[in-house]
Amino acid sequence: MNDTGYIVAAFAVVWIGLFIYIFVLVQREKALRKEIAALKEGMKKT
Amino acid sequence: MRVRIFLTLSAILLLVTIAMDLLLIPSLASVQNKDLIQYSPIFYWHIPVAWVALFAFLCVFMASIAYLWKRTPFWDIVATTSAELGVVFTTLFLLTGSIWAKFAWGTWWAWDARLTSSLVLWIIYVAYFLLRAYISSPEQRARFAAVFGILGFVDVPIVILTLFVSNQMHPGDAAFHLDRPQMIITLVTGVVAFTLLYFGLLFFGIHLREDAYEISKLKESDGG
Repeated sequence: MNDTGYIVAAFAVVWIGLFIYIFVLVQREKALRKEIAALKEGMKKT
Repeated sequence: MRVRIFLTLSAILLLVTIAMDLLLIPSLASVQNKDLIQYSPIFYWHIPVAWVALFAFLCVFMASIAYLWKRTPFWDIVATTSAELGVVFTTLFLLTGSIWAKFAWGTWWAWDARLTSSLVLWIIYVAYFLLRAYISSPEQRARFAAVFGILGFVDVPIVILTLFVSNQMHPGDAAFHLDRPQMIITLVTGVVAFTLLYFGLLFFGIHLREDAYEISKLKESDGG
């Protein structure tokens, strides 16, 4: 790997790592919203 | 709203850091001696990411003390969210550090004081989540995790002190010896950008965990 390759690799590691973490957080938020909607639906029925 | 402000500001500053970092690359080409590590653009990512990781563990330490004192779930949520961010940023600084080591010294890893204490830090906070996963009682889990979060912080000053250990591959206090204003500005911009990103993600994570906690309470009161 040449010098530029290492620089690109370091940039990629940081950005891919952060995007994966943010993606996980967004998925958690979606799951929570679903759970809240299900709870509201359950409360309506009772 | 608060999350959006922090994330927007950090995104702007991260783009500025990238632009300033790219401007440093031509000066890299003229440097023959690889010991001049401050010429490497990786430096301006590695240092801010490492700073945020250590800062995140400081927040875990403070939130854990606050939990043991107040015994409110909020401080446990803050500690857990910050520990998660600390693990993410420690993973990133270990990986960028490894790439930088290969680039500057021709090896991916060396068992010197700095690198080893950083890896130990990562292991400690991964263990923090394993501990949480194995305790089912919420109060007991929060109490044990708070004690672990306080004890685990012992490694953070060790990681910082290893900057001043000689005879190791890691360059030590290079950040204090930058010789161009452009380098200092790039580094400071990167540190501010990643700190804002940390706070944006911390507030978002706290919000998610608070919602999850409320849902679990509702389910409990509803009989599961």
